[in-house]
Amino acid sequence: MTDGAIAVVRAGLLTTVQDLGRPGHAHLGVSRSGALDRRAARLVNRLVGNPESAAVLESTFGGCAIRPRRAVIAAVGGAPCPVLVNGRPVAWGASVRVEAGSLLEAGWATSGVRSYLAFAGGIAVEPVLGSRATDLLSGLGPPPLADGAVLPLGTPTGQRSPVDGTLPWVAPPLELVLRVRLGPRADWFTAAALKALTSGVYRVSAASNRIGLRTEGPALERVRPEELPSEGMVLGAVQVPPDGCPVVFLADHPTTGGYPVVAVVDDRDLGAAAQAAPGTPLRFALLG
Amino acid sequence: MRTLPVGDRALLIEMADGEQAGALHAELLRRRSAGTLPAVREIVPAARTVLLDGVDDPGRWARELPHWKIPSLQIEEMDVIEVPVRYDGPDLAEVASRWRVAPNEVAEIHSSIDFRVAFCGFAPGFGYLTGLPEDLAVPRRATPRTAVPAGALGLAGSYTGVYPRSSPGGWQLIGRTDLKLWDPAREPAALLSPGARVRLVARR
Repeated sequence: MTDGAIAVVRAGLLTTVQDLGRPGHAHLGVSRSGALDRRAARLVNRLVGNPESAAVLESTFGGCAIRPRRAVIAAVGGAPCPVLVNGRPVAWGASVRVEAGSLLEAGWATSGVRSYLAFAGGIAVEPVLGSRATDLLSGLGPPPLADGAVLPLGTPTGQRSPVDGTLPWVAPPLELVLRVRLGPRADWFTAAALKALTSGVYRVSAASNRIGLRTEGPALERVRPEELPSEGMVLGAVQVPPDGCPVVFLADHPTTGGYPVVAVVDDRDLGAAAQAAPGTPLRFALLG
Repeated sequence: MRTLPVGDRALLIEMADGEQAGALHAELLRRRSAGTLPAVREIVPAARTVLLDGVDDPGRWARELPHWKIPSLQIEEMDVIEVPVRYDGPDLAEVASRWRVAPNEVAEIHSSIDFRVAFCGFAPGFGYLTGLPEDLAVPRRATPRTAVPAGALGLAGSYTGVYPRSSPGGWQLIGRTDLKLWDPAREPAALLSPGARVRLVARR
């Protein structure tokens, strides 16, 4: 059941519908997908009284502008950005009431990459395999938002937000540190490559997207030149393509791949990876 | 069998070949349906490995798996999914010349093979079918096509696959089917899932 909708006035660079994804289908070639910064998606949902798994909007860099067709409680979190209602600044990281026909704008991210917009009731597009997330690799879920699109809203739970006040504004680190565990294919690389991975400084590449965080830095040299037969890939896998620059797999990653995975990023650091802008210095720190 | 660490919530089990990986996958599914498998979110077979993702204690799996008794694959005991195919693909002549047969013999040879879905990947519902003998393996096209239509049947190496939707692709196309390989509104969404036995039925 839906009771209302939002109209997309400005879709921005890339805004998609996201929730906590569709785990459990990797054996069919379906990536997990879902919000890249899952902590932020959960928090904005709590701000508006939604279950944490409700569908939200994930905007990339440039924000977006939304006109709800009925009055709705909304919240913007994730990457800090100006938040405006009918051109007037309102709080970021807090629930705000947006009247029917008013314009809610999330502006350009002042730091970080991905801002999240939650609406009470959640975005109620038809789920696919149990999730409303847009998977840009598989093409599942709704297409990225386009100017003029209209998205249905679900029925608000009527519950008050369990979050009091506003979200803490976490300044993004000047350097992204991703904790990694070596394997499964660390033995495909030279000792010098493993040292370079865990002591070298990389930068987040502008070619990063929802599929992977691409890096620029010391190329990792292999001891085994042969092709790796396709094998299963996990979220956070650090895959090394032929150019030697590590790619950290994010939510829309392929489920199988033929390049060796040298290490796996700790799950707790993937949200920070999703918020690291191109050019951010990046270190991989060896865990245990 | 070799178990390889994949972070702190997963492990990769490497087998000697695809056949053994298939046997391990079948045993994992048997134990899961019998309710004796510890919790695991994803069981992802591939060319010669099985990935277990979303497990509580990968170390315990790594210790216990080598003690498992894993029966070899019994493909003749499995249910067969029949896929009607018209063997009229644009690379039929190329494949025929590599096989040193006439183009009209490709259908007969290919459709007589007992295929098994070894694993999925590349796109939702894209199954990598094994069964083609090694001496009939063909290389991928030197230049991939920018668009391959949904339902196209192709060969790459010793794998056979059907494109579930239109996409770029480098496989040698020898036929097509009208069956929907992937339909998220259907249960199950994927016609071919890992472990399934497949017969391609030649249609005119």
